Amino acid sequence: MSATETAPAGTAAADPGERELTYLGAFNEAMFQLMRQDEDIFVAGEDVGVQGGVFGSFKGLAEEFGDRRCVDTPIAEQAIVGLGIGAAVAGLRPVVDLMFMDFVMVAMDQIANQAAKLKYMFGGKAELPLTITTNGGAGLSAAAQHSQSLEAMLCHVPGLKVVMPSSPYDLKGLMVACVRDNNPTIIVKNKRMFGSTGPVPEELYEIPLGVANVVREGADITVVAYGRMVEESAKAAKRLSEEQGIECEIVDPRTVQPLDTETIVASAKKTNRIVVVHEAVRFGGLGAEIAAQVQEEAFDYLDAPVGRIAAPFSPIPFSPGLEGHYVPNAKRISAGILETLGRPVPGA
Amino acid sequence: MEPSLETLRDLHRRMLRIRLFEEAAGRLFEGNKMPGFLHLYVGQEAVASGVCVAMREDDQVSSTHRGHGHLVAKGGDLSKMMAELMGKADGYCNGKGGSMHICDLDLNMLGANGIVGGGAPIAVGAGFANKYRGNDTVSVAFFGDGSTNIGAFHEATNMAAALQLPVLFVCENNEYGEYTPRHKVMAINDVVDRAAGYGIPGVIVDGMDAIAVYEAAMEGLARARAGDGPTFIEAKTYRYYNHHGVQTLGMKYRTDEEVEEWKKKDCIEAFEKRVTEAGLITADELASTRADIQAEVDAAVEFGENSPMPDVSTLLTDVYTEMA
Ligand SMILES: Cc1ncc(C[n+]2csc(CCOP(=O)(O)OP(=O)(O)O)c2C)c(N)n1
Ligand SMILES: [Mg+2]
Repeated sequence: MSATETAPAGTAAADPGERELTYLGAFNEAMFQLMRQDEDIFVAGEDVGVQGGVFGSFKGLAEEFGDRRCVDTPIAEQAIVGLGIGAAVAGLRPVVDLMFMDFVMVAMDQIANQAAKLKYMFGGKAELPLTITTNGGAGLSAAAQHSQSLEAMLCHVPGLKVVMPSSPYDLKGLMVACVRDNNPTIIVKNKRMFGSTGPVPEELYEIPLGVANVVREGADITVVAYGRMVEESAKAAKRLSEEQGIECEIVDPRTVQPLDTETIVASAKKTNRIVVVHEAVRFGGLGAEIAAQVQEEAFDYLDAPVGRIAAPFSPIPFSPGLEGHYVPNAKRISAGILETLGRPVPGA
Repeated sequence: MEPSLETLRDLHRRMLRIRLFEEAAGRLFEGNKMPGFLHLYVGQEAVASGVCVAMREDDQVSSTHRGHGHLVAKGGDLSKMMAELMGKADGYCNGKGGSMHICDLDLNMLGANGIVGGGAPIAVGAGFANKYRGNDTVSVAFFGDGSTNIGAFHEATNMAAALQLPVLFVCENNEYGEYTPRHKVMAINDVVDRAAGYGIPGVIVDGMDAIAVYEAAMEGLARARAGDGPTFIEAKTYRYYNHHGVQTLGMKYRTDEEVEEWKKKDCIEAFEKRVTEAGLITADELASTRADIQAEVDAAVEFGENSPMPDVSTLLTDVYTEMA
């Protein structure tokens, strides 16, 4: 997939006046439409049936598709993912749910040692159209075991595709792409975005995996952000534009594995400065990978080191008094951008 | 073993301390004074109390996401608990853990746990340390019915059995894991059936009866102390509130009638009726115990409310132990 296939900036937000859905609603609609279209798609996970998922992601599916295709499972993350792997190898197209992204760690053997590698180890003979859905992100005082952003760990494992949608529109289109993909994909909703709304076409559409979206064009600096950090970066960009005339170009890779390096590098070559924003811990995070790739491919274009705005190196604290300082927000993103631009940072 | 009058008073006190603490926490949660998730223990008080009264102070406990009751029953300081639930600096974990990670290592309460199945292996490790040291301390794993479906639980129980470790496994079967009824996710009617598969003794007790729980725990603890390995207790019980938060009725996954039926068997009411009718403890004494505990809870709420938010400078402390 090449960056030239990327839709021009702005097309991700479809026609104004179009119907709006919440982030969760967009996901839910994708599930309904996919399951109506393909009898081989089923969903399994804890409380996905009668309850419709603890956050409501799967609401109504059990009523329409019954417990054959909408399966309440025991609390057994390894077996849930394993169920998906086995069913996928046997020809179905499973969607399996891990309630919180933190529980990826409970299922990591099945994800990293099994799902990711079967095809390769079998000499290409296995096909794994498996989608793992989960919910990540901090900011809800859910503490250290219910708030993590673990995408860097998943990205590190060859064979997995990792998707971090930042809007209702993207969530629906990327979910469709995940389910139709014949590889194991993990799509991570952000828990703080469930209620955010945006335009979403009613028909089924697909956003290709591995293609970034230029969310905002600008000449002064590139801001690479994904998931909820896109929204925070957009807030920062708006303020910087209004108050200081600084124009940020926001690039949302949408999938972090595969990563659309081409679009990121093209933007960096244009603006000559780049920062990466993520909720995950800074050390060993996606920011490090993106910084490395940018310096490999655009070293001569850079006027400053690649900046990283991310969570500090600690587990996620419970208290709002601490968590508020942990998760990057528009203010910290602005400060990081100004620093990379070599401009004075207010209050610093 | 007939419980002594002191034991009866102790059972009553611990149950009531849990109940009144939890009700106060629930009210604060409703009033948006408590951030995050709140998994209330109300309804299940007889289990934690019965087991903890039977335990020695040096015996350890590993707990679950529904862990306040275990800490209170182990003698937890209500003020530090309330402050922790509010995310305040004077809380048990200085605001870093909250409801799901509350602990008091000085009381040998090894922590609530946000990961279902996460606690049982830790109790097994504590049991291993006890045996290794050659003391007769026992560790207790509290866990829900739903958690017995996860790998970590099976691995831990089998290991404890294979290594003949001094561990007491206490399953609090409240018939639900979140919003899913137990019968949908296991093909057995009694969780205790699993014990046979590990080769350890298992018993079922009425989890609404603190005395029955106490007696079963005494036996299991004695067996472990004597070096005869683990025991599995299944306590049949019920949580009054929703999985999380303070709603009790009007839920899709259980009927209001079911909730009301269980409430008729309320562990505290039943206990009070029993001891007063037997002429063991007077109604006046029970009432004054209640008043004392309510005052302690009120003071805990005030303590929590007056405690400051943790200082930002603590954000990055406690990640590692500093080495000289
Ligand atoms: C590994 C893992 N999976 C899922 C969850 C979400 N979750 C929290 S509590 C719970 C239900 C636990 O049921 P049970 O063990 O019966 O305890 P109860 O809540 O009834 O006390 C679930 C599924 C979790 N915290 N950890
Ligand atoms: Mg349960």
